[in-house]
Amino acid sequence: MVLSAYHWISALAEALAGHELRFMLCIVAAWMILGLAGFLRPHSIRFVAHLLFPAGGVLCLGVAVLAGLYLGSGRGPQTAILPLGLPDLPFHIRLDVLSGFFLLLLGVAGAGISTFAAGYFRSGEGTAPALLGLHYHLFLASMALVMLADDAYMFMVAWETMALTSYFLVTSHHRIPEIRRAGFLYLLMAHVGAVCILLCFGVLQGGSWQFTFDAMRGAPLAPVWATTAFLLALLGFGAKAGLVPMHVWLPEAHPAAPSPVSAMMSGIMLKTAIYGLLRVSFDLLNVRFWQWGALLLGLGLFSALFGAIFAAVQTDMKRLLAYSSIENVGLIFTGIGLAVLFQTNNMPLFAALALTAALVHSLNHSLFKSLLFLTTGSVLHATRQRSLGKLGGLIRPMPWVASLALVGTLSIAGLPPFNGFISEWLLLQSFLFTPQLPHAFLNMLIPLGAAALALTAALAAYVMVKFYGVIFLGQPREGSLESAHDANWLERLGLGWLAFGCILIGAVPQLALNAVAPVTGKLLGDSVRPSSTVWWIAPIAQQQASYSGLILLAGIVAVVAATFVFVRLLAHGRMRRTAPWDCGYPWQNSRMQDTAEGFGQPIRHMFGAFFRMERHLPSAADTAPRYRVYIEDRLWRGIYLPIARGVQGLADAIGVLQRGRLAVYLLYSFLTLLGLLVFVL
Amino acid sequence: MHHSELIAQLLKVIAAGLLLISFAMLASRRTQQLITLFAWQGAMLFVSTCLVAYSSGLTEMYYSAGLTLLLKVIALPWILHRLIHRLGAQWDSEQLVNVPTTMMAGLALVIFAFGLAQPITSMATTITRHTLGIALAVILLAFLMMITRRKAVTQVIGFLAMENGLFFAATSATYGMPMVIELGIALDLLVGVFILGIFFFQIREQFDSLDLSNLESLKED
Repeated sequence: MVLSAYHWISALAEALAGHELRFMLCIVAAWMILGLAGFLRPHSIRFVAHLLFPAGGVLCLGVAVLAGLYLGSGRGPQTAILPLGLPDLPFHIRLDVLSGFFLLLLGVAGAGISTFAAGYFRSGEGTAPALLGLHYHLFLASMALVMLADDAYMFMVAWETMALTSYFLVTSHHRIPEIRRAGFLYLLMAHVGAVCILLCFGVLQGGSWQFTFDAMRGAPLAPVWATTAFLLALLGFGAKAGLVPMHVWLPEAHPAAPSPVSAMMSGIMLKTAIYGLLRVSFDLLNVRFWQWGALLLGLGLFSALFGAIFAAVQTDMKRLLAYSSIENVGLIFTGIGLAVLFQTNNMPLFAALALTAALVHSLNHSLFKSLLFLTTGSVLHATRQRSLGKLGGLIRPMPWVASLALVGTLSIAGLPPFNGFISEWLLLQSFLFTPQLPHAFLNMLIPLGAAALALTAALAAYVMVKFYGVIFLGQPREGSLESAHDANWLERLGLGWLAFGCILIGAVPQLALNAVAPVTGKLLGDSVRPSSTVWWIAPIAQQQASYSGLILLAGIVAVVAATFVFVRLLAHGRMRRTAPWDCGYPWQNSRMQDTAEGFGQPIRHMFGAFFRMERHLPSAADTAPRYRVYIEDRLWRGIYLPIARGVQGLADAIGVLQRGRLAVYLLYSFLTLLGLLVFVL
Repeated sequence: MHHSELIAQLLKVIAAGLLLISFAMLASRRTQQLITLFAWQGAMLFVSTCLVAYSSGLTEMYYSAGLTLLLKVIALPWILHRLIHRLGAQWDSEQLVNVPTTMMAGLALVIFAFGLAQPITSMATTITRHTLGIALAVILLAFLMMITRRKAVTQVIGFLAMENGLFFAATSATYGMPMVIELGIALDLLVGVFILGIFFFQIREQFDSLDLSNLESLKED
């Protein structure tokens, strides 16, 4: 049985060998056709959701298989030139290990999300099903094309298509003004970012005016220009990834979007930005400086800490997850920063370790964050509530969602034996090697960074306890929650797939390390080879540190099973169910349990400097007392509002020119004429 | 030799006349008067073009002169006359912004134009080269007139006067533009005046006056 499966897989691999790129293009085309196919029956949710979305999911799986086979085969890059685009400016396409890895991520996460989406979308909610299907599948196709693009033109077309389709998906409930506002903010940030990326490519071509990536790889750049290109790329891709201080759109757009879309944006789209930054800084630029690494490290750590702290004080479950995305993106950038630092100091092995941590964390984040966003979707559908203050006790009416969400929360909290632990462990490992850097100043500062990383990890765990505890545990805070229904089978399948991925990578991290090894090998010339046994991974040396997911998992399962059996044997027939945490007080009700605000209060107190808070305390005589607290990002008032005011002021200043008087307009042209004449003279 | 000397002298006199008419236009208050001045300007232009054509022996310059006579001395003044009669605007007068100041600005412009024309004059070889400064001054003065006026009809006259200046500059620097271009410009002028005439009626219908300050209300706040 196993043998025949093995034969079947190897036969498939042989059939596809060397043609992965072609098949991927076919899949991209198929996605576009699926998107258009919805218009055959534009209002039928059965046709669009139950037929087209699962088909899209199967195609995602196809991409994952192709990318996996390509990464495993160890073959060189495959290129193609599409007969599309402008005359003399055809689209160049290329599949190499870096794009292969990110396509694997897209395929794996996309399969789960598409399956979930098939069960999630209901008729009569927001945009017509056919439009939703079109934007969704175009979004998938454009993300795949971003990763396959081999010239700046193709890249920008795919990148902008991605931004536009995701904008339409975010605003699918466009009748609500807040959602329109969130969508506008997202679109604005996306365009500012795209302009930066465009300028970055303009710098990268280095005077050759060739915009293929091949020409850019060969273009010699002066250090100043290389740094300019890097900074532009950091701004552009940072705005898409949600790096602080370009993060403001994330907590607005994610809650506004339907849950599968939030999952897709957070799980996959943020990774296209990571991909872009890696592509520019490790592939297209042929010089790097350690200062870049220090900058990435600083920004990454700050984002991670910032995201974790803000996530801890949120009361909207999707906003909480959005801030958690900022935190995770921060961790990924931290890894990339360390990789640059090590690589510029000729320590390729440590650089590979740090980059491995970043890449594995990207993969992990795409799994567990998609999983969590999707569970919030199920909760939202079952209860119509997004505010944590009105949820609670959902583990009883929604056991499936609750248990799958538990896998996600444990993963994101970085607990073994789940996947989040692997990448955070690798990242901490690479921090441990920083004392070998030949910069005295950095050596003093980086331990602080490691401490910040540890703090972030702890805060992330705190956030997840809050997320899970307030939604699923305790007593329901509203009466209507008792009748909440569990997810349907398609939703469960999608959630189950992602949860399975979290457990699989956690238990057998060799899989992820093997997928990442060719990438680090190509970008840095060295890679982290997991040690030869199936049981252990030891990134640098066995004496240094090693980890076995399988043994740990087996141990945990054994302990849990033993406890279960033991308790059953001992306590059988003498169990009684009672409300949790009532501490012997019999009249406990749901108003007495800890709330989301209460849970976040210590963090709000400790990190008060980060927030702008407005509190409304009820007076003692109030008969219907309400306590309200508004928490705002200081950066919004510190950076964004001044910029907005500046732009408005500039526009007003230019508006002064418009007087409405013909004589004044004539005077303008007259003065221009005189000025030009003087210039000629 | 004596002959061409005389023509050059005559051209200078005509150029001086053109400049004088420009100043007169700048200072004149009535629309009717402006149209007469514009016709005179056209006539001066016609004579100067004829003289240049005679001295250079270029036959197409005669065509150009004929075109000027037909269009700028007869057709356009006549059209404008009829227009203001139908609009009842022939006795319109307008408040000018401080005539002496305008005159001073005009003087400054003339000096500027002469300074500007200096290097070009030294390069040109035409008999009329010394009048280039005046031609430029005529353009700038007409522009100044457009800026200082508030009525729609005077704007159009200023615009036409500017074109006269351009034409004069062309003849004085290079013996005129190619015939095709000149024909094109002549047609443009004619069509432009027709279209602007239609606009006059529309503006008057909308605002009950041809005062352009009414257009300020169109500004977006």
